[in-house]
Amino acid sequence: MSPKIERKHPLNALILGLLVSLGLWAAPQDSQAEYADVVINNYADAAGMRPAVFPHWFHRIRFRCKVCHADLGFQFKAGGNQITMAKIIDGQFCGACHNGEVAWSVENCAMCHSGIPGTPTHFHGSTLQRLIAPAYKPLDPKETAGVKYDANNEKNK
Amino acid sequence: MNITARFTALALPALLAGSALLASTPTLAAGAAAAPAVSDANIFNRNLKKTADPNPPPWEDGIHDPENEATHALQPPKEAYAGLPTSTYGNHIDWVKALDDGLIRPRWDRVNSNEEPFVMDLDIVRPVKASMPDVVFPHRQHTEWLFCSNCHPAIFVPQKGANQINMSAILLGQKCGVCHGKVSFPITTASCKKCHSKPKPEGWTPPLSDATLKNPWK
Repeated sequence: MSPKIERKHPLNALILGLLVSLGLWAAPQDSQAEYADVVINNYADAAGMRPAVFPHWFHRIRFRCKVCHADLGFQFKAGGNQITMAKIIDGQFCGACHNGEVAWSVENCAMCHSGIPGTPTHFHGSTLQRLIAPAYKPLDPKETAGVKYDANNEKNK
Repeated sequence: MNITARFTALALPALLAGSALLASTPTLAAGAAAAPAVSDANIFNRNLKKTADPNPPPWEDGIHDPENEATHALQPPKEAYAGLPTSTYGNHIDWVKALDDGLIRPRWDRVNSNEEPFVMDLDIVRPVKASMPDVVFPHRQHTEWLFCSNCHPAIFVPQKGANQINMSAILLGQKCGVCHGKVSFPITTASCKKCHSKPKPEGWTPPLSDATLKNPWK
């Protein structure tokens, strides 16, 4: 076991280094994350946390869409739910399961807050993202970093 | 030609002798002069973006921060996907087949793993004006995953003829595109026929456009 891990180390470090250097200029459209991963950065950057990443693929293996989107009230819109930690510890949204009962509890901050800082809220790999000529103006990560989400802002509707 | 040949003749023994750096520089210079490179503007598939690995682990996916230690505790998708039926788009997994084959058992209830979904087996056929095969919407596969209120009445009015749907709207994330193209299978050339699945009747020909019927130069 242990020699295997040791042999892996230099390669991992190389890939990490490459990624970090890539991440400096790569827009989210260039990343290769899993289809339907949702980056949620309504408030995280402004609060000094990494944006949260929600992996749809992992959750759909364990739950049907209905559980979150009908029972728990998640809207079909990336960033459209205005999720806050206060709501989560009250048992709303993610907190309905991530409470130490159904799934691991909220003290594991970095498990969700694992996105690259400055990544805007978006639905990774969506058809809109894959269109060659953009059908909408993609968000500039530099502009959105540290900007608070305002549901009443015309731009966010 | 002669110069190149002479350089190669000189370079070979030099390479063998071990001074590769000194010898290879003049050889390369001579080769570049003989065959000018094709400009990057004229490469094949300028606009075709292909991903080498569709399911990279979180720390290599460009969205998760590899410097966050917890990123490395997240499950790599490939570990979960082992043994599941594959497809060529989306997550590269055929989720509907995986569910039908019993290879995944997602809960219908948050806590009760024995609760069964309310499945409705009703196909809706939507005729298509153009030459594409007509659309068959299967309620069964959808009600395996979703509840009626997820789609009705906000996205689809549950009434025949009340829903105007076109591909532009879907691509922009409306109607079917609320899910298809975001989380359920996306719109690609390979997936058109999943919805456009009912062939046109025998002898059907596409309606001619006015520009053809009233063509003044005919």
